[in-house]
Amino acid sequence: MRVTHSGRTVEVQNGETVLDALLRSGENIPYSCKAGSCQSCRMRVVSGSVPEAAQVGLKETLRAQGYFLACSCRPDGDIEIESDIQVQSVVGVVRARDRVGEDVLRIRLEIDDELDYAAGQFVSLVRSDGLARAYSLASIPGDPSLELHVRRMPGGRMSGWIHESLGVGDAVSLRGPFGSCFYVPGRPDQRLILAGVGTGLAPLLGIARDALARGHEGPVDLFHGALVSGRLYGVDVLRNLERCHRPFRYHACALNESQGDPETLRVGAISDIVLSSVKETLATSRVFLCGDPGFVNDLRKRLFLAGASMQEIHADPFTPTGSTTDAN
Amino acid sequence: MSTLYETLGGEPAMQAAVELFYRKILTDERVSRFFEDVDMEGQMAKQKAFLTMVFGGPSEYSGKDMTEGHSHLLDQGLNDSHVDAVIENLGATLSELGVDAASSKSALSIAEGARDDVLGRRGS
Repeated sequence: MRVTHSGRTVEVQNGETVLDALLRSGENIPYSCKAGSCQSCRMRVVSGSVPEAAQVGLKETLRAQGYFLACSCRPDGDIEIESDIQVQSVVGVVRARDRVGEDVLRIRLEIDDELDYAAGQFVSLVRSDGLARAYSLASIPGDPSLELHVRRMPGGRMSGWIHESLGVGDAVSLRGPFGSCFYVPGRPDQRLILAGVGTGLAPLLGIARDALARGHEGPVDLFHGALVSGRLYGVDVLRNLERCHRPFRYHACALNESQGDPETLRVGAISDIVLSSVKETLATSRVFLCGDPGFVNDLRKRLFLAGASMQEIHADPFTPTGSTTDAN
Repeated sequence: MSTLYETLGGEPAMQAAVELFYRKILTDERVSRFFEDVDMEGQMAKQKAFLTMVFGGPSEYSGKDMTEGHSHLLDQGLNDSHVDAVIENLGATLSELGVDAASSKSALSIAEGARDDVLGRRGS
């Protein structure tokens, strides 16, 4: 058996692990426990397949992307592996730009080549001068175009340029996909809990549509939070999704609202609303959290402490880029 | 004689065990601040490796790694009382998992063996 890694091919001896073979050949691979638990030696298979034992303990989103642990991998055929994720590059042409919220633009891009992505992942949008920012995909792979939601950030160079200058017919470069916050088919009866603030709605919308398109039957609850109800966006799309798919429910949440119509708006902190709504089913639910890192990290911890399994919490904190003037 | 790791059910049981353990640690005011990490998954992976070792599962325990991994916490005041609290939580986890007294005692003594590495008292 042979393993190819960063252009070099190494012979794996009988019973030897991929990690040991690579180390023996002098490669510098990070590792620690060598027993399949610390995940320091996580790598990704790009051609061939690895035995099931090499993926034990990894989250299903990572298994779906071909990640495995080199220390637990005794291959039964030739494989090619990599340490870093492989990134695709495509060119996207703006086909539509619509203001969907107070300061949010929905951009639809037609791409020149296929982009192999999962709904919920993100891409890096690269301007011709090299300025790059990450945006989540709100589309699903079957859609004719990629959909991004761009919130105008105060002093944001990229978001300011997109809002002011990027027009229909213009082209931008995209690199990706990145991220492990997406739906993996299986367990169709499980409850899905999706919660996000701001443009955290973008990946959640993709994940919900993807799960429903794949025949998910369990309840799909999407919570979207904002300071005031006027800052929520995409309400029509979500209400429409609710009408078309019985398992789907949209929960609009606003923090500062004197009174909401209990039918359509829930008033309070979105994290508290999520916790109080889903507490009983948490131990068996699958959770997706997207948006502001403070919100995501806090709710992840609270849901875990309330009984959700960490293996079932998929999170995408939107880490801001550098200083405020640099933010997207 | 089978190890506690095997008796409990191997790797999947370690996942369940580490979740119980980490919940206890995070809600224990004596030690939670040392374990509040934005990278919760990375933090749990390390704890899982430790529990696997303590339960007699496949492990390449390195006292040196243990010392290096905790040296920055010594500056934040990590001391014996915190190790006591962690071991107490481990004991509570074991009893919640229904581990018998004898196995529990042996697992706790293995954990106790890491104390000097964690606190950087092992001669280099």
